[in-house]
Amino acid sequence: MPLLEVTDLRTTFHTRSGVYRAVDGVSFSLAKGETLGLVGESGSGKSVTCYSLMGLVPQPPGRIESGTAMFDGVDLLHCAPAQLRAIRGKRIAMIFQDPMTSLNPYLRISEQLIEPLLIHEKISKADALARGLAMLEAVGINDAGNRLHAYPHEFSGGMRQRVMIAMALITPPEILIADEPTTALDVTVQAQILELIKKLQNELGMAVIFVTHDLGVVSGLCDRVQVMYAGRIVETADTRTLFHAPRHPYTKALQRSIPSLQPKGRELYTIPGLPPDLSKPIAGCAFAPRCEFSTDYCRRTDPKLAAVTPTQATACLRVQNSEI
Amino acid sequence: MPPPILQLNDVKTHFPVESGFFRRQQTGTVKAVDGVSLTVARGEVLGLVGESGCGKSTLARTILQLVPTTAGTVILEGKNLTAASSAEILAARHDLQMVFQDPFASLNPRMTIFATLAEPLIVHRVVPREKVAERVALLMAKVGLSPQFMEKYPHEFSGGQRQRIAIARALALEPKVIIADEPVSALDVSIQAQILNLLSQLCREMNLALIFIAHDLSVVKHISDRVAVMYLGKIVELGPAAEVIERPRHPYTRALVSAIPTPNPEIERAKKRLVLAGDPPSPLNPPAGCAFHPRCSYAQEKCKLSVPPLIPAGPNREAACLRLDEIADQSGET
Repeated sequence: MPLLEVTDLRTTFHTRSGVYRAVDGVSFSLAKGETLGLVGESGSGKSVTCYSLMGLVPQPPGRIESGTAMFDGVDLLHCAPAQLRAIRGKRIAMIFQDPMTSLNPYLRISEQLIEPLLIHEKISKADALARGLAMLEAVGINDAGNRLHAYPHEFSGGMRQRVMIAMALITPPEILIADEPTTALDVTVQAQILELIKKLQNELGMAVIFVTHDLGVVSGLCDRVQVMYAGRIVETADTRTLFHAPRHPYTKALQRSIPSLQPKGRELYTIPGLPPDLSKPIAGCAFAPRCEFSTDYCRRTDPKLAAVTPTQATACLRVQNSEI
Repeated sequence: MPPPILQLNDVKTHFPVESGFFRRQQTGTVKAVDGVSLTVARGEVLGLVGESGCGKSTLARTILQLVPTTAGTVILEGKNLTAASSAEILAARHDLQMVFQDPFASLNPRMTIFATLAEPLIVHRVVPREKVAERVALLMAKVGLSPQFMEKYPHEFSGGQRQRIAIARALALEPKVIIADEPVSALDVSIQAQILNLLSQLCREMNLALIFIAHDLSVVKHISDRVAVMYLGKIVELGPAAEVIERPRHPYTRALVSAIPTPNPEIERAKKRLVLAGDPPSPLNPPAGCAFHPRCSYAQEKCKLSVPPLIPAGPNREAACLRLDEIADQSGET
């Protein structure tokens, strides 16, 4: 039985300029200890998917239109607030993109770090501080004893992200949702943070949902990858298959536009056009207007995510009909 | 090799640090750029890489004379900009233009695209007033935007389109050198590819020299002819882009290259990663000797004592490391 089972999640934002379908029917499951990559460009709905699961979508303007997210018999999307609070921060934790703004600048690191423990466990402040200190050491902060009572501005970006990770893992959680945790960091610091997440995951045996737009990061870290486009999952496969045998035209196009693999001098492949406006109705496949393989049929018929091999599912009508 | 259009000789840009409330006193100096010598030829793309805070952007601002130079010279086509009057610098900007990182912040939200692109044409009297509209249309076409969008405002465009507008603005004066400071880091991969293609194509067509600043080595490798790696205000390695990135010599470049995640699961998982410990040191209080020695796995006693100069490290290549040859021996290279 999967640890987390999300079915038909739809999240919309009701704005003055229309109803924006940020997440439009997303279903997936996460096994115990698994690392799932969620990849897509800005506006594809990766972050809103995570925020919806954590109950962090501001309502209004946001609204969860449908769906269930079953975690240990509890539907995260429809349970009582108290029930969600007991899970969030204890059994499911999240780290955010920007370590500069996600710590409270007025509070010492120690207070922020042990807050989840004081809320979720019966523990004395001294014991909580001892665990906080151990956690800071585990995430590789030198001289943790002296740094424990420092303020966030005394830390660099990479250090702050380590503090965020320490805070998320202190309970320790069964699922860690990491929303672009390394995007704001330098490559050398990114490498440190990725190694750290891998190491702690092995030690704690937790499942990770890793949101990123960087296919390179996914390839080293994740067991399985889901590619999102316009609020939907267009392809999901184990990491090897996704990189070596992508089937959906969008996944292929995304890979071909990465510069690192192409020799210099050759034009990079570019995807023509722009992602669709999610506040307008989309007929057929959302990627069809930009897809080199699309036919009239694609523009009329809504594709569903369906298995093309036992380990790979693709939401492309022409792949499903074995035409491409 | 064609003669350089832009030449930097031992350029230093230092910022005083002051403290005290009633009596301001200088308590230190941030050596943001500390002795950089570089040349850029016509039509050449020079990539400039390094971590945040290494002085890449300050170097760009120094070249444009947007910050005062502490020492050294910036020579554009034989003219020394560091000793030039402000009128001469204004004239030099005709040949020297910049594209900034964030296309959401670098365009004036209250100006239409027409106004944004017409301004440099009018200020520098490039074309007579009645020809301005025609020229703006031409510029927009050149960067792949339809001239019918001329009367729109920046908020009506996507990030990639805005970056195209910023590039068109830089091209308006037909410069000889463009400095692009992280022009694609705010963009998605598919859009990033479009902008990279546009920049390479423009450089070829207009014989432009481009200084391309980025922290993403794979992007730099793709677009640049040569690459300069900066660490704490100094260039630590310089050479042909593919060579430097495929066979780095300086330990810092090695670490930087090994930190890039490869979009290939087998290679990525098999790779032995050189993870650098810690963060770059503060430029306010840099380590003695080689600034990289506290994070370097090859550092020895002598690295703490003397500052390594840039020395030849193969054909057209230079690196600043005291142990260059010894390290090459250790890793079994020739």
